Amino acid sequence: MNAPFYKFGLFGDNMSLIVAFFIGIGFGFFLERAGFGNARKLAAQFYFKDLTVFKVMFTAIITAMLGLFYLSWMGLVDLSLVYLTPTYLLPQIAGGIILGVGFVVGGYCPGTSCVAVSTGKLDGVMYLLGVIAGIVVFGELYPFLGGFYTATPMGQITLPQLLNVPYGLVVFLVSLMAVGGFAGATWVEKRMASRKGVQPS
Amino acid sequence: MHADAQSLAGEPVDARAPETPYPTARPYMHPYLAGFGLGLVLLAAFVIMGRGLGASGAFSSLVAVGADAIAPAHARANGFYAEYLGDGTSNPLMDWLVFEVLGVFAGGFLSGILAGRIRTGVERGPSISKGMRLFYAFVGGGLMGIGAKLARGCTSGQALTGGAMLNVGSWAFMMCVFAGAYATAYFIRRQWQ
Repeated sequence: MNAPFYKFGLFGDNMSLIVAFFIGIGFGFFLERAGFGNARKLAAQFYFKDLTVFKVMFTAIITAMLGLFYLSWMGLVDLSLVYLTPTYLLPQIAGGIILGVGFVVGGYCPGTSCVAVSTGKLDGVMYLLGVIAGIVVFGELYPFLGGFYTATPMGQITLPQLLNVPYGLVVFLVSLMAVGGFAGATWVEKRMASRKGVQPS
Repeated sequence: MHADAQSLAGEPVDARAPETPYPTARPYMHPYLAGFGLGLVLLAAFVIMGRGLGASGAFSSLVAVGADAIAPAHARANGFYAEYLGDGTSNPLMDWLVFEVLGVFAGGFLSGILAGRIRTGVERGPSISKGMRLFYAFVGGGLMGIGAKLARGCTSGQALTGGAMLNVGSWAFMMCVFAGAYATAYFIRRQWQ
């Protein structure tokens, strides 16, 4: 097996768009299954009432991380051909904070809002219009933001490379952290449930 | 079934919110099972395409095409739009992320209809009006659009994809998303509680 298939020329650009559509179907399907078409369920994460967002996100990250690690270890996937977004630390920190605020104010993130729209949520429609407006604002400000947008470039870099430790060790530690996080999340949910009726403010 | 779905969401059934009744809705999938499914989809994208998932990028293509249609010279002079417009030899909407996001709409609809969860409404807490909730949704979306572009990706492209690839910037981004959201949650709690 020579993977990624597309990078080894197994199929062309037109076929890749069909693949994109089917991968998107899988993505949207599981987002909706998890309950992520519902802003209240998503927002509950930030009030410690329902930590499904954390659980689903980290289960997905661990699954894909372990799959990619083992497939590359077995020589089935050439990891250097899987696209890694370059790191620009400061704009990504600022962007993350702004996006986090937008998450709890709007109740969705871009992917989950698509699922909200396709299941009939009007707040999802307004949210997506907001995303488009936000991108227009960013686009129009881009000539002035250009300097900050490209500040603190670190190139394509992974945690194992940054820390200079083996890939497998980081995979192991992240998995361990996630399992601990899942146990902690369930504990928090139980505590919050036992305080039912008390406003967590 | 209705009670199950609500208790999974950890929220009391509230009579004031007309959106709550899902008479035939099935409960959501177990978080670990849904996460595993999502992880396999992401892994499939890595193995088949050599890239991860995304969402906000598709809307950037849409915005760039819109800007190009309204003010071509303005759009082509802007580095951000120009990147999405390409060199003019191909249609910027014939893009991987655009087709993936079309699939996300379809997949969400498929799952929703199979579970009896398709219905028009506004998701909101019991003590906020529909209009205010829609206003917040728009403002939150706007912040998300700006943040996602600044960070070169959103929850899908950075947190999920970069998280699984142990990308340094993605992990920094992810921590900041949770920090930003938790720091703000208290101030807008009336929207949700």
